[in-house]
Amino acid sequence: MTNVIEVQDISKRFTIHHERNQTLKERILHPRSGSSEIFDALSDINFTVAQGETLGIVGHNGSGKSTLLKCICGVLKPTTGQIRLRGNLAALLELGAGFQHELSGRDNVYLYGSMLGFTRKMVDAIFDDVVAFSELEHFIDTPVKFYSSGMYVRLAFAVAVNVNPDILVVDEVLAVGDERFQAKCIDRIRRFQREGRTILLVTHQADTVRAICDRAIVLDHGNMIADGPVTEALRIFRERLLGDVIDHRPGGSGVVTIDGLSAPSGSFEVRHGSSLRFDATLTCDHAVSGNLVIEVFTRTGLLVSRNDAEASPVTLRPGVNKVGVELANVPLLDGVYDLNVGLVEPQGATMLAWREKAASLQVLYDGRSSGVVAIESSVTQW
Amino acid sequence: MVSARASLRTRLSNLIARRELLLSLITSDIRIKYKGSALGLFWSMLSPALTLATYYLVFSVFLKNGIPLFVVYLFAGLIVWNMFQTAVSSATGVIVDRAGLVKKVSFPREILALSNVGASVIYFVIQIVVLAIFLAIVGHAPAWGFLWLLPISFVALYLLTASIAVVMSAITVYLRDVRHLMDVVLQLWFWVSPVVYSYENSIAPALRIRGLTALYFINPMTPIILTFQRIFYVNTTVRSTTTGLPLHILPAWSMTTFAEVNVGLLVFAVALFLVALVIFGRLEGNFESEL
Ligand SMILES: Nc1ncnc2c1ncn2[C@@H]1O[C@H](COP(=O)(O)OP(=O)(O)O)[C@@H](O)[C@H]1O
Ligand SMILES: [Mg+2]
Repeated sequence: MTNVIEVQDISKRFTIHHERNQTLKERILHPRSGSSEIFDALSDINFTVAQGETLGIVGHNGSGKSTLLKCICGVLKPTTGQIRLRGNLAALLELGAGFQHELSGRDNVYLYGSMLGFTRKMVDAIFDDVVAFSELEHFIDTPVKFYSSGMYVRLAFAVAVNVNPDILVVDEVLAVGDERFQAKCIDRIRRFQREGRTILLVTHQADTVRAICDRAIVLDHGNMIADGPVTEALRIFRERLLGDVIDHRPGGSGVVTIDGLSAPSGSFEVRHGSSLRFDATLTCDHAVSGNLVIEVFTRTGLLVSRNDAEASPVTLRPGVNKVGVELANVPLLDGVYDLNVGLVEPQGATMLAWREKAASLQVLYDGRSSGVVAIESSVTQW
Repeated sequence: MVSARASLRTRLSNLIARRELLLSLITSDIRIKYKGSALGLFWSMLSPALTLATYYLVFSVFLKNGIPLFVVYLFAGLIVWNMFQTAVSSATGVIVDRAGLVKKVSFPREILALSNVGASVIYFVIQIVVLAIFLAIVGHAPAWGFLWLLPISFVALYLLTASIAVVMSAITVYLRDVRHLMDVVLQLWFWVSPVVYSYENSIAPALRIRGLTALYFINPMTPIILTFQRIFYVNTTVRSTTTGLPLHILPAWSMTTFAEVNVGLLVFAVALFLVALVIFGRLEGNFESEL
């Protein structure tokens, strides 16, 4: 398999000027004033992406995801290192960047196409597809300054995916636009995958990563802390977020740990449609209250259910606590599922404790449905 | 391939690879200016035509300076100067003005400045056409034998303009008030170039006596303007319409001298353009923290 993207030792250092000294007059009058600070947004990033792979990039806000994408598509020059690309690339860093407000949608399609590096001929060939995809047939000759933000997004995305780049780079833009258009974009991304194109995707939505990426890397304060299968990377990402929470707690006190889960029957086995009771053991060094979060995953990494457990607040005393949990009427079909358990603050903002794969759940089912859950269907002939 | 510093070779090949973008930017600039009006071309010719007509009237009726068809001399120089001046003054702020684009879309940034130069080339061509029509009307033939110098001189003008435009667009990112400074510099530059006056007929003798002729020719715009004037105005010496005395309007250089000067200038302009790209490359590295 050939590598279409090779990122070698990329670092990016920003200089942040505190007092902006941006005129000649000020420079002459105050030659030495104006302090500045350096900030390493990326440190020694290395990875490769093979042809046809879909790589997810996850990380907290400000971890350097956008900076990395900008280096890859050449908007920013890395401070050190180099990036090799094979094939042409279309990047959606910010939708509609590069649109000229005064120009019509039509003119902007051509202009934007040429910004992405495609010739007028190539854009001619796909123009009708772009318009059809964006569903802007009636507005294509209207100046884009009259477009709504949704229309903007649609046109920009339509250009980027229809120019059929070898590499598509998308930075958190799937989240905008209505759900139907989002689904259409994801559809198009899947077609890209089938055609063996390479995709780099930054998104906040873990589910999107799980659903469409083959691999993910995790950035944390500009360092790459994981590169591997999606489930593994997302686990590391979550642990690191949690680690940050503990590190940043004032005084370093108030540590809560989830020691484990235990089922009264001794095993986490449950028959489809019946309930499962188990206990969670939590240790903490001071009284704390929060809500218990339970996630259920398939072994292929699909999130089946996550309840933010607003309805299940618990108050923990210092020391060892046991809380009882009941999963009612488990609708799952047979198979093995992983349970993740966490404790979030009552407001749901910070994760106080997290335990990945706290238990594996074995579901027994002997009906005829297949899949993950049973959806009852009844057929009536009129 | 993206790396910390691109070589001049890479810069040039990137520029050539993105020529379609350059064309798109130029056409979209022009389209915005004329808001898609079908009369766009007509309007763009009207303005230089009016200028020309006004000067014709002024210099042949009110301000008789004795130089026959002075308007042709004037317009030949103005065409060159306008191309330089509009390109440089519009390109100076272009990266600051298009910061949104620079921070979000990847393309060789110098293309922005070059697109302004490109738009000026279009107006340059329009003005040449207007001048040609005017010459046909008044029955004044250009110096056909010198016409082959025009492309050489034009390419030198283009590269010279582009070099200054590219460097100024980058400097303005760091020093925003350079824009205003540039306006002043361009004004002064205009007066040290032989556009509205004849160099030969005014300061040339004084400079020659003091051996300072070279000083006047440090300005690379001078030989280009003189070439255009030689091609379109043709006569180096004319008889004054008021006093009847002979006037030296243009240097009495031979065609070989004009050719040597222009080729020399072209070589200089090519070198300057490469230097400009290198300077731009150095300055470009910090755009993200200044924009
Ligand atoms: N032009 C810039 N100048 C200075 N700092 C910047 C610049 N661009 C980004 N940063 C900083 O770099 C860090 C990473 O930003 P970014 O890549 O946008 O993060 P993410 O996309 O992961 O949220 C942030 O702390 C941000 O403030
Ligand atoms: Mg970002």
